[in-house]
Amino acid sequence: MALISRVLSGDLPRNRILTALLIAIVAGLAFAPFIFPGAKALNVAAKICIFIVLVASFDLLLGYTGIVSFAHTMFFGIGAYGVAIALTRLGPSWAAVAAGIAAALALSLLLSLLIGLFSLRVKAIFYAMITLAVASAFQTFASQLSEITGGEDGLSFKVPGMLTPGFSFAEQPFLGVSLDGKLISYYLLFAVTVALFLVMLRIVNSPFGRVLQAIRENDFRAEALGYRTVVYRTLSNVLSAGFATLAGALLALWLRYNGPDTSLSFEIMIDILLIVVIGGMGTMYGAVVGATLFIIAQNYLQDVMKLASDAAAGVPLLPDLVHPDRWLLWLGILFILSVYRFPTGIVGKLRASQ
Amino acid sequence: MSTSAATAPAADALPAVALDRLPLALLPALALVALPLVGSFSTWVTLTVAGLAMGLIIFIIASGLTLVFGLMDVLNFGHGVFIALGAYLAVSVLGAMTGWTGSESLFLNLLAVLPAMLVAMAVAGGVGFAFERVIIRPVYGQHLKQIMITMGGMIVGEELIKVVWGAQTIPLPLPAAFRGALLLGDAAVEKYRLIAVVIGLIVFAAMYWVLSRTKVGLLIRAGVQDREMVESLGYRIRKLFVGVFVAGSALAGLGGVMWGLYQQNVTPQMGAQVNVLIFIVIIIGGLGSVGGCFIGALLVGLLANYTGFLAPKVALFSNILLMVLILLWRPQGIYPVAKR
Amino acid sequence: MKEPLLRLEGVHTHIGAYHILHGVDLEVARGELTVLLGRNGAGKTTTLRSIMGLWRAEPGRVWFDGDDIAARATPEIAQRGIAYVPENMGIFADLTVRENMILAARGARRAEDIDAKRLDWIFGLFPAVKKFWQHPAGLLSGGQKQMLAVARAIVEPRKLLLIDEPSKGLAPAIIQNMIAAFRQLKQTDTTILLVEQNFNFARQLGDQVAVMDDGRIIHAGAMAELAADDGLQQRLLGLSLAAHQ
Repeated sequence: MALISRVLSGDLPRNRILTALLIAIVAGLAFAPFIFPGAKALNVAAKICIFIVLVASFDLLLGYTGIVSFAHTMFFGIGAYGVAIALTRLGPSWAAVAAGIAAALALSLLLSLLIGLFSLRVKAIFYAMITLAVASAFQTFASQLSEITGGEDGLSFKVPGMLTPGFSFAEQPFLGVSLDGKLISYYLLFAVTVALFLVMLRIVNSPFGRVLQAIRENDFRAEALGYRTVVYRTLSNVLSAGFATLAGALLALWLRYNGPDTSLSFEIMIDILLIVVIGGMGTMYGAVVGATLFIIAQNYLQDVMKLASDAAAGVPLLPDLVHPDRWLLWLGILFILSVYRFPTGIVGKLRASQ
Repeated sequence: MSTSAATAPAADALPAVALDRLPLALLPALALVALPLVGSFSTWVTLTVAGLAMGLIIFIIASGLTLVFGLMDVLNFGHGVFIALGAYLAVSVLGAMTGWTGSESLFLNLLAVLPAMLVAMAVAGGVGFAFERVIIRPVYGQHLKQIMITMGGMIVGEELIKVVWGAQTIPLPLPAAFRGALLLGDAAVEKYRLIAVVIGLIVFAAMYWVLSRTKVGLLIRAGVQDREMVESLGYRIRKLFVGVFVAGSALAGLGGVMWGLYQQNVTPQMGAQVNVLIFIVIIIGGLGSVGGCFIGALLVGLLANYTGFLAPKVALFSNILLMVLILLWRPQGIYPVAKR
Repeated sequence: MKEPLLRLEGVHTHIGAYHILHGVDLEVARGELTVLLGRNGAGKTTTLRSIMGLWRAEPGRVWFDGDDIAARATPEIAQRGIAYVPENMGIFADLTVRENMILAARGARRAEDIDAKRLDWIFGLFPAVKKFWQHPAGLLSGGQKQMLAVARAIVEPRKLLLIDEPSKGLAPAIIQNMIAAFRQLKQTDTTILLVEQNFNFARQLGDQVAVMDDGRIIHAGAMAELAADDGLQQRLLGLSLAAHQ
């Protein structure tokens, strides 16, 4: 028990339903290749892992430091493009992966530092607008530098030998699952996700994390108490960008492809925002629960909506309202309701209902 | 006879009231810098008119947003929804009037476009009223929630537009007499751009008149500086705010019609796309300042057209660069509002 | 005895976690100038803001001309005939002096709508207002702004004037002008509640006085009485007029 507490940096779920949920999610992800056969299911599981890291890094910024930034997908994209470009240019090797990640992290560090120092002195609204503009420009930029980034079409590339689907390290399948590169890729993803999440948990539960929360509550007071809020905010910005970059690298390694829509699109930014609010801001676990629910819904709920839409054919407007392409509509409504009624999200609600 | 005049303060003469005209000079400055770069004078004229037209349309859209922010500290990240709504309504209204839009008569064309604009303004204003009540009112004073909720409002709005009109790009052709170009010497100036400039200037003039010559305008200008004091003087600033919000939404709808005709098509994402431009403009201009918004919009419009011609790849970037430069010069924007 | 125009009954005001007013009981008699004295942080400004509805008085009652206005909205309170001159004067710096005055005259659309006789009287009290009529108010000096702020409060007849530290930061010569103007104002039978730290200034104008400390009224009575009693001054204000002469 004490060991679990230490691993989780003292930030226990504190609610039985939540604990059960989390255990189910972790177990589900850990054994996904065996429990949920098929390529689609594995893809969903991989995406959940990546989004857990991505959204948790956003929660660090929004939930714990109280900063709204629309540039998060930019760092996600930098990570993805870093790996993609490196593997395309330098060939499929682990050295290339390392080089790509290093370069991406360096760029993210620089950009987040610049954005942070430049606009963290100004009001939150200013900052939000500026990040929106910068992210938008970056997206256009990336799709225009076709020689480097592959433009609109993006980059397809090979990954290091061990991760390719062709690679297999045992002849016989184990429990019905063939032991190939895809499996290794998945478990690499899963392991890194768990590691990164635990690191972030440690950060938000450290003295640094507590100062961030103090700043979020009342930055005047924090400043008066002697904390240089600009420094802390900038650091939070940089850390958050760094983790998002790593999530992007993971995405590229999994998909073996990256394009402007895969990682830089505004839709992804919206998705992140939705997940963090619905899951629960400032909890970290909200990212886990939220990402899981969201991505499962995104992939399977749309099938349900298709059934409903077909059934409602003939009625004016109704088939269009429940058309699977319009699932963002319902998500948006849920999002608005969450901000009003459930500002603490699912995790907060669960914890409050002891 | 009061004796106080004898003991009046030493600072009797006021310093000369120097109106801050420097930012205004930026406009001709930019235009003049672009001239040698563009090379040909006639091309430069075409680009400049296009830039002014675009700038004025952006001004129409952005002015409401900046006033709403100055007045009540509310930033509507969903402002783009009214733009898209206006544009799509234009598609529907003009689509129903092809008889008049097909005609070569300028008069009949205007007669068709006018109802499109009025419908767009009325509906956008109505939606704005609902938007303020349902989405914004509950989160007054909470900036973080405002940002998120208005963003949510835009997502929902965009999806609803897709429900009603479909998700594809729909063409919005110019009425017959608006098409083509006039020849001013060597320069080809598109007719629609000129019309847009005229309409834009009319809207600007009307806004200027309201703000400087009416009591409502006075209240708005005062409210932007010191909301509390205006309330202490006995005015219900809440009502004023709703009015400004609705007017701003209606103007965005009008701007949407004009933008749609400018691009000659409409997409559901156009709201989000124009949003970014508008934010850049109001930051450049100074949040709450209509004059600043005017200059900012024209600068952005001109710059977009000049860079679109000279170096298309850096067009969006150039706007951000402009914003950074202006903020380095004046961190609060061109005309910061003097808050109490 | 006439019913006081304004009466605060057990008013408590909280701002966030801070409990500023601890049960204020205050009476402002009709047609008189009541001074609210007290040192920094005593709660004087909070009292005015609570009357004006800018901060919530809860619990407690604020009786104005027979009605309890404690829970009403600020614009409504102002419309009942209360004018407020805040500590920071509340001048709209980007608007001209003329525009500031039009705003304050609720019934007016343009300058011509303001009662000409009244305006002339104001020009007489505060010549700076006339002199800089067309200029942006932000360009006025501190003393001139103060005069404009008071001029705004009286551009239309009001039942009650709430004025917060009008003499703060002003040069002695200007303070004399201010006193002369207020003396003329008093002759119009307006009820005034004046917050002040400057006892000398207050003594020359006040009919009644209330002293505040730590969010409570610790003394209320006639000004003349307090002005004559050195010992009382020492106890309440920590100073005496004699020492400041």
